[in-house]
Amino acid sequence: MSALLNHRLAVPAVLIVFVALLPLVLPSSFYLRIATLVWISAFAVIGLNLLMGYAGQVSLGHAGFFGIGAYAAAVLPAQLGVPGILAVVIGAIVSALIAYLVGRPILRLKGHYLAVATLGFGILVAMVINNEAWVTGGPDGMTVAALGIKKLLKSAFGLKVKTAELWYWIAGAMLVVGAWVAVNLVDSPTGRALRAVHDSEIAARVAGIDVARMKLVVFVVSAVYAALAGSALALFNGFITPDTAGFLHSIELVTMVVLGGMGSILGSVVGAAVLVVLPQLLTMFHDYEHLLLGLLMMVFMIFLRAGIVPGLRSLIAGRGAA
Amino acid sequence: MAEFLQFAFSGLTVGAVYALVALGFTIIYNASDVVNFAQGEFVMIGGMATVFLTALGVPIPVAVVLAILGAVGVGLLLHRLAIEPARGASSVTLIIITIGASIFLRGLAQVVFDKQFHTLAAFSGDTPIVVGGASILPQSFWVMGGAVVIVVLLWAFFNHTLIGKAVLATSANRLAAKLVGINTGMIMSLAFALSAAIGAVAGVLVTPITLTSYDVGTLLALKGFAAAMLGGMGHPLGAVVGGLVVGLLEAFGAGYLSSDYKDAIAFVVILLTLFVLPTGLFGRASVERV
Repeated sequence: MSALLNHRLAVPAVLIVFVALLPLVLPSSFYLRIATLVWISAFAVIGLNLLMGYAGQVSLGHAGFFGIGAYAAAVLPAQLGVPGILAVVIGAIVSALIAYLVGRPILRLKGHYLAVATLGFGILVAMVINNEAWVTGGPDGMTVAALGIKKLLKSAFGLKVKTAELWYWIAGAMLVVGAWVAVNLVDSPTGRALRAVHDSEIAARVAGIDVARMKLVVFVVSAVYAALAGSALALFNGFITPDTAGFLHSIELVTMVVLGGMGSILGSVVGAAVLVVLPQLLTMFHDYEHLLLGLLMMVFMIFLRAGIVPGLRSLIAGRGAA
Repeated sequence: MAEFLQFAFSGLTVGAVYALVALGFTIIYNASDVVNFAQGEFVMIGGMATVFLTALGVPIPVAVVLAILGAVGVGLLLHRLAIEPARGASSVTLIIITIGASIFLRGLAQVVFDKQFHTLAAFSGDTPIVVGGASILPQSFWVMGGAVVIVVLLWAFFNHTLIGKAVLATSANRLAAKLVGINTGMIMSLAFALSAAIGAVAGVLVTPITLTSYDVGTLLALKGFAAAMLGGMGHPLGAVVGGLVVGLLEAFGAGYLSSDYKDAIAFVVILLTLFVLPTGLFGRASVERV
């Protein structure tokens, strides 16, 4: 059983089954939309988890990359007439480039200094989006043109799909592929080097690992994950606001990583699910929404310090041994 | 020149508030290694509680004292109920707990107070004082003067009282402090109470100038944290200098470059500084043991 669970393909396989079966129990397209949001967030969280859980580097500004992806998908087609899918690719490439350029100096910093530097980066991105209203629509946000997949399906195959269903499957497929790439990366020599960096940077360096390069590689990879998730969210919602790049969104992403479990790919999905679904439930409480959200964040972190998935795993493992 | 002075004074006024928030960060960080992102909420509580108590007819001085005591109570509860039970958790987990606390306190303020902007009457009137062509609000002197008084008091506390020295000993080495008989748990509570009080005082002093509302804490916490890191984490003098520098950068940036990007200017300078000095202006390089 545990050998099966530890297999490289176990996580993507579990996700495929879950993504495929979930629509059978979801009563309406409203729930389908929430599930789609979970998959999209989880995709970004997997990338951030590679950085935090495997390389041990915190980023309090990852929503910046998310925002770059989202606004690339929105701005490029609207202003320059770039086809939607190409805009997504450009967004990912731009994110990677920025991560590469910013990452070199930033990743030399440690601990809280790294936190404040990434925080500053995220705030800069959010500020540009907020202030350059002539391109981005400013604080009001902007609409995002659809990719045209629905039309294509209809004209080519005569298929009629609802937007909610279409994006459920796109986001679900993204998640599975993202998780598959991530587990392969973790299992590769790069992944092992990363874990060495996490345990002790100096020891890793002594063992001959190019620590700076390793950190930069994951930083760029995690930025691409965030950008692709941002594009997906923009296209799925058809509308985007600067909040997607804001500080609170960065914190949300970090919380999803830690809540699900650092260094656990499946944990990323669980963490995203909790933090996407929870506010939906809390909207019932109107005025008490923030109060409860803050309270639950504290309670989760105090009692599930290692995160939900690792916590459950050690619980099961403990039982099995006894 | 008048313009320059004008920007300098407004920069020093905001900078004094950032410095106090950064000092609050530093005190808690030194005592417990926790980066407390709920620090800005103490400022909010100070301002909002004073506004609402005076609205109830409580005289201002009494309202101020009650507001500060309220913030101290919140600080103590935060330590006892949220930080203490999570002892030994990773620093990211602790950061998320304090951010959770910050969201919680904001939500609470929304319910207990309201979502409006509020102000207090300036302590010594609104007639600007003209210095070298620049006009300064009397309240600015209250803010700057208050910051100076707090810094001097803290300096005296840390250097000339036994408890203050115990705090310093705890921040230098917790285990060693415990071994010589210092009640480190009590010291941590004290640190939370102290930085809550400092934050609340800042909130009271600055409210007549900047207004207050339930959500002013977030941005203040970010700026204060950035200022503390610019100065060098855990360094009180660095926190004060960092706060003033961030305030001045913002004021000059807004005045001479672009008011839309005033926050950006501060962060760009912080980023550039950290690239050159990775442990801040006053920080020392740490040695990692393997």
